[in-house]
Amino acid sequence: MAIDVATVRKVARLARIAEPEDRLETLAKELSGIMNWIEQLGEVDTDGVEPMTSAVHMPAPMREDVVTEGGDPEVVLSNAPKRAGNFFVVPKVLE
Amino acid sequence: MSDLTKLTLKAALDGLAAKSFSSVEITRAHVEAVEAARALNAFVLETPEKALEMAEASDARRANGSAGPLEGAPLGIKDLFCTKGVRSTAGSKIIGDFIPTYESTVTQNLWNDGAVMLGKLNMDEFAMGSSNETSAWGPVVNPWRVAGGNAKLTPGGSSGGSASAVAAELCLGATATDTGGSIRQPASFTGTVGIKPTYGRCSRWGVVAFASSLDQAGPMTRTVEDAAILLTSMAGHDPKDSTSLPVDTPDFASFVGKSVKGLRIGVPKEYRVDNMPPEIDALWEQGIAWLKDAGCEIVEVSLPHTKYALPAYYIVAPAEASSNLARYDGMRYGLRVDGANLTDTYEKSRAEGFGAEVKRRILIGTYVLSAGYYDAYYLKALKVRRRIADDFDQAFEKVDALLTPTAPSAAFSLGDRSDDPVAMYLNDIFTVTVNLAGLPGMSVPAGLDGAGLPLGLQLIGRALDEGTLFSLGGALEKAADFRAKPQKWW
Repeated sequence: MAIDVATVRKVARLARIAEPEDRLETLAKELSGIMNWIEQLGEVDTDGVEPMTSAVHMPAPMREDVVTEGGDPEVVLSNAPKRAGNFFVVPKVLE
Repeated sequence: MSDLTKLTLKAALDGLAAKSFSSVEITRAHVEAVEAARALNAFVLETPEKALEMAEASDARRANGSAGPLEGAPLGIKDLFCTKGVRSTAGSKIIGDFIPTYESTVTQNLWNDGAVMLGKLNMDEFAMGSSNETSAWGPVVNPWRVAGGNAKLTPGGSSGGSASAVAAELCLGATATDTGGSIRQPASFTGTVGIKPTYGRCSRWGVVAFASSLDQAGPMTRTVEDAAILLTSMAGHDPKDSTSLPVDTPDFASFVGKSVKGLRIGVPKEYRVDNMPPEIDALWEQGIAWLKDAGCEIVEVSLPHTKYALPAYYIVAPAEASSNLARYDGMRYGLRVDGANLTDTYEKSRAEGFGAEVKRRILIGTYVLSAGYYDAYYLKALKVRRRIADDFDQAFEKVDALLTPTAPSAAFSLGDRSDDPVAMYLNDIFTVTVNLAGLPGMSVPAGLDGAGLPLGLQLIGRALDEGTLFSLGGALEKAADFRAKPQKWW
């Protein structure tokens, strides 16, 4: 299936990646090439096949709902691009 | 001292135990080798001071009688593993100068067993690539060259730094990871041994995530026995990874050298692909003959959905990646490029921080998960994945392991395939099925092609049956008697 420029623009927006307008055409071609190759999956009969959602044959393990680590803001903030006191500084979220 | 870098991990551990040399001595020899090999671009961060500090501490532990199984052995660590206090970038600009405040479980297991870290190894960005060319740090160069030539070859990817460093004798062994072939293909390209264990054998905690249902850590070394020793230390149950299997780790080295007589080896006919170089086909035949000589019974098997594994992978892996990589938003760590508002800041940071291949995969992943396409692509791929796993289940009713080539070619020149994403993806045609099914797979160097480049054979086993792979790998290694080394030019 061909992916057009409008679809690339929409998907890039969903993925929060700024793609300049002059890149969209090239990306549409590349992504279409990959998706066309993937289309061959349509040949496989998967009627009644249960989707494989995990590579391990075990149920998700449960643990006690208790705090195991934490309480150290310095550790949490040590790689922050911007911080003020014990807070991350981010652009305004609410207008 | 330079001879100390030529030792296998096993011989080095024996020498350290016999006090023939100290950890400081063997570590210094490797630090010097690393410094002298910068032309390979295998390391993105050398940590010589930390290495010597760890070596001194190791010698002290040995002196007071508390030596661990890897005591004093200098290793390289793929940059996908978070190392406390040591910059970890996953080969990406978006992670910037991230200094983890925690240690990955796998590397912690190595340090608990006494190992020494030489530095962080180069890799494709977020482990997405088969030639190391997507690394933000530039490609790694393969120490191997075509006989009589000087063109720069790829060491494969994504664990190209690990492969190159092990092949060039810059470390006794290295950690690596494999999502679609990222341990086994570079092992084949560099004449080294690499094993991707069963999914869940090694903890993924503290390993930068690419595709969580496929990612698995494993060792790269120069011998099968060394891989067994290293994997025994890396593996083990970890409550911090909910997909870590609650099983005991066998002493894998005890399987190396065991007789393989009577084992049934499957040869999957679907792996005879069009355009396969005749040398690889011939090596495969040779491998079959070697195992037959060792007493194995050879059985032709069918894995009918093999050709659909790569296309299914290129839905599942990008879908998981697009979700995993959503965390890189420039807010809590890593690169932030300020924009007009919050969304603009996200979009600019991610546009600037991710490389072209990573962006491509995020876009594919976002597309196949988007409204209206989820069932047609993602759900379909998960059903095909089940069929691929079922193929293996049926084959393993008849055989104990499978033998295949590792990769469809020898190492190629850097730049050769970087223009065509699908051509690059085809590198993983023989390896990716194993990740989808969660099975263990090992590449063992088996010979040289006509140009003098190494080629590997792959063994695939039942889930949690790495032991049989180590026995068979040992048998192949013995029969192949692969002693070739890259001619030093760096």
